[in-house]
Amino acid sequence: MTGAFPVAELGHFALVLALALSLIQSSVPLWGARSGDARLMGVAPATATAGFLYVALAFAALTAAHLQSDFSVQNVWENSHSAKPLLYKITGVWGNHEGSMLLWVLILTLFGALVARFGRNLPDSLRATVLAVQGWIGSAFLLFILLTSNPFARLDPAPLEGRDLNPLLQDVGLAVHPPLLYLGYVGFSIAFSFALAALIDGRIDAAWARWVRPWTLAAWTFLTLGIAMGSYWAYYELGWGGWWFWDPVENASFMPWLAGTALLHSALVMEKRGALKIWTVLLAILTFSLSLIGTFLVRSGVLTSVHAFATDPTRGVFILGILVLFIGGGLSLFAWRAPTLKQGGLFAPISREGALVFNNLFLVAATAAVFVGTLYPLALEGLTGKKISVGAPFFDLTFGPLMIPVLLAVPFGPLLAWKRGDLAAAAQRLGVAMAASVAGVLAVLLLSGSHAALPALGIGLGLWLIAGAFSELAERTRLFRLPIAASAARLAGLPRSAFGTALAHAGLGVTLIGIVATSAFQSELITEVQPGDRVEVGEYGLTYVGTAPMTGPNYRAEVAHFRVDRDGVGIGTVTPSKRIYTVRQMPTTEAAIETYGLSQLYVSLGDRSERGLVLRAYYKPFVTLIWLGAVVMAAGGAASLSDRRLRIGAPRRAASRTTDPVPA
Amino acid sequence: MRLAGLALTALLVAGPALAVTPEERLADPALEARARAISEELRCLVCQNQSIDDSEAPLAHDLRVLVRERLEAGDSDAAVKQFLVDRYGEFVLLRPTFSESNLLLWAAPFLVLLAGIALAFLFYRRRRAAAGTERLSAEEEEALARVLGRPEQG
Repeated sequence: MTGAFPVAELGHFALVLALALSLIQSSVPLWGARSGDARLMGVAPATATAGFLYVALAFAALTAAHLQSDFSVQNVWENSHSAKPLLYKITGVWGNHEGSMLLWVLILTLFGALVARFGRNLPDSLRATVLAVQGWIGSAFLLFILLTSNPFARLDPAPLEGRDLNPLLQDVGLAVHPPLLYLGYVGFSIAFSFALAALIDGRIDAAWARWVRPWTLAAWTFLTLGIAMGSYWAYYELGWGGWWFWDPVENASFMPWLAGTALLHSALVMEKRGALKIWTVLLAILTFSLSLIGTFLVRSGVLTSVHAFATDPTRGVFILGILVLFIGGGLSLFAWRAPTLKQGGLFAPISREGALVFNNLFLVAATAAVFVGTLYPLALEGLTGKKISVGAPFFDLTFGPLMIPVLLAVPFGPLLAWKRGDLAAAAQRLGVAMAASVAGVLAVLLLSGSHAALPALGIGLGLWLIAGAFSELAERTRLFRLPIAASAARLAGLPRSAFGTALAHAGLGVTLIGIVATSAFQSELITEVQPGDRVEVGEYGLTYVGTAPMTGPNYRAEVAHFRVDRDGVGIGTVTPSKRIYTVRQMPTTEAAIETYGLSQLYVSLGDRSERGLVLRAYYKPFVTLIWLGAVVMAAGGAASLSDRRLRIGAPRRAASRTTDPVPA
Repeated sequence: MRLAGLALTALLVAGPALAVTPEERLADPALEARARAISEELRCLVCQNQSIDDSEAPLAHDLRVLVRERLEAGDSDAAVKQFLVDRYGEFVLLRPTFSESNLLLWAAPFLVLLAGIALAFLFYRRRRAAAGTERLSAEEEEALARVLGRPEQG
């Protein structure tokens, strides 16, 4: 492509066309569904697919402008520099407000196109209505981009050089974290669109849940990875070794995750038993609403943080309008139409359904804790002018106690029968898990003494989750009651969703153990060192060799060298550094992290004082389990998605067979 | 996820801390431990969402030194916090007070839980009443078994 080619204008024009298509997608198919006109309904898949292609074209155009370092495009000038490494020229496309909104819409339209492509076995009117609702969301956000956040605005005269990307964002984390997070966030729009379509149609059946559950599961899996990735990125990039800060921006992604987790479980009840229909529809609306609120919090600039690129108030008001329209509209439609939906099957309080209701009650209350903690300070300041802070201590006292009952109950769920379960029998089957958990508590107490009572209980709870998760598999394969070969054969015959459940629940335990072990047993060292000094942190010794300057592509750095030894035996070197990014004159701290087994040595530099170089070193036992657990959870999601039942797709059901097994 | 445990963690431990510099620290380990615990609950006023214990900002440094001065002067933990609230307002506290204006903040999560339990209970009772008896009578069981062609057992 030559420099004279108007790439930015092409992208801008593609966005306008995408908006036009999106408006058609919003209206014509809906009219078709109302009037039963198959040709009008058929417009939906075509516009959804074409809309996606035009947004993709716009995205490609912005990427091309960034790759060419075309500083006549304002977005490129503000966020790029000709000396920036290639990877960050690409990831810089969404490392700013306009580009990240474009990525948001790209993923939204991608999901719409996927529904169009894979939704052929859906009833025509349902598919048309779902895609129309997707069209509403797409239109609103395309308007937002075109009216307030145009990524293709030009500068005249064009500056010679760009202002570079925020150094904190110049990291491979930016390549992975936002796309994963958005695949999760925006993926929940499918559940929302299906919920609204069910309310508009006034009809909901098991086929609905069979569709909603895999899409929710996929979104949840991406969101799990996205949040974990963001956490690890903050851990190594911010240089203070923390991995979760209860920052409003983190909470913004965490709330949809919590609600989405609840939705997964209630959709399961609906799919298998036809119960909890109205509740599932409400939860689908709430989950995507929380995604929208998250987008609002991050994009409007109401919170000032490294994530909030937007400072222009018109953007905030526009997103707030979108928020009110979709959340208010969704909930109003729910209030008006939900009573027309038919109720599902009955169940006893002690049953698989009952356990999932328990899960939902506590997860929703925990979501509420994060929600008020995040928004209350804003509301209070807006209404009374009083400024308060809500930090980690608040969440520890509210979110914490609300999660403990759920975690205790998790292993019971899969062992209870549908409809009417036997708690005593389930407890009996969990005997091994209980023994493992108690053994873990005692082991921690023996190793660390009685002051570690609370960490010991935390680790016991983690072991309970892991052992409990596999108890169900052991039960279903009749492990140790049949010959091993017979059990193995049974294991191979289990549906993959059974492994999905076990992995996801075990992953929760793995993460919990990582959190508790790191928080309770980490060693910390803050000191000043001169060349030749040896200091100790945990079981490791660090010998300061010296500091050398270094020049990177767009920064200067001071790199400190330390020899690491364990009980006097040398095991390597670490090189933490401090960088100054030349264009923005912004300093960053690059921590050195060495992984030993599941634990990590974290070495970070402070400023230089008269008595030497300030060194902060931490030994963080089992810290990697925090993120490994999330990966295990996501693997569970993926295993469940690959289940035969979902791979092959739900058979199309005749309308007459959608009645409930138990009359309401 | 991380989620789960935070809760616990909170109860379990005084968390990590990072930005304290060597020369700030007090010689008395007991007093220093109290200073660290207090610092974790105080907001670095110019930062995004960091406690003064975590922050490298100059203001956080000043506040850390101030907290230690007050402790050395013999103040209780509560008195140190009150001293800072008098100077900077409640904004400095990362743990909101249990005051009237914060009532809803603290109560909301638990109200949501109670409301949920109440609704689930009411809903359950209503559904059960509407569905009438769940169990089949002995004759019905017999008729069902006949229709299904299963030999009756015991």
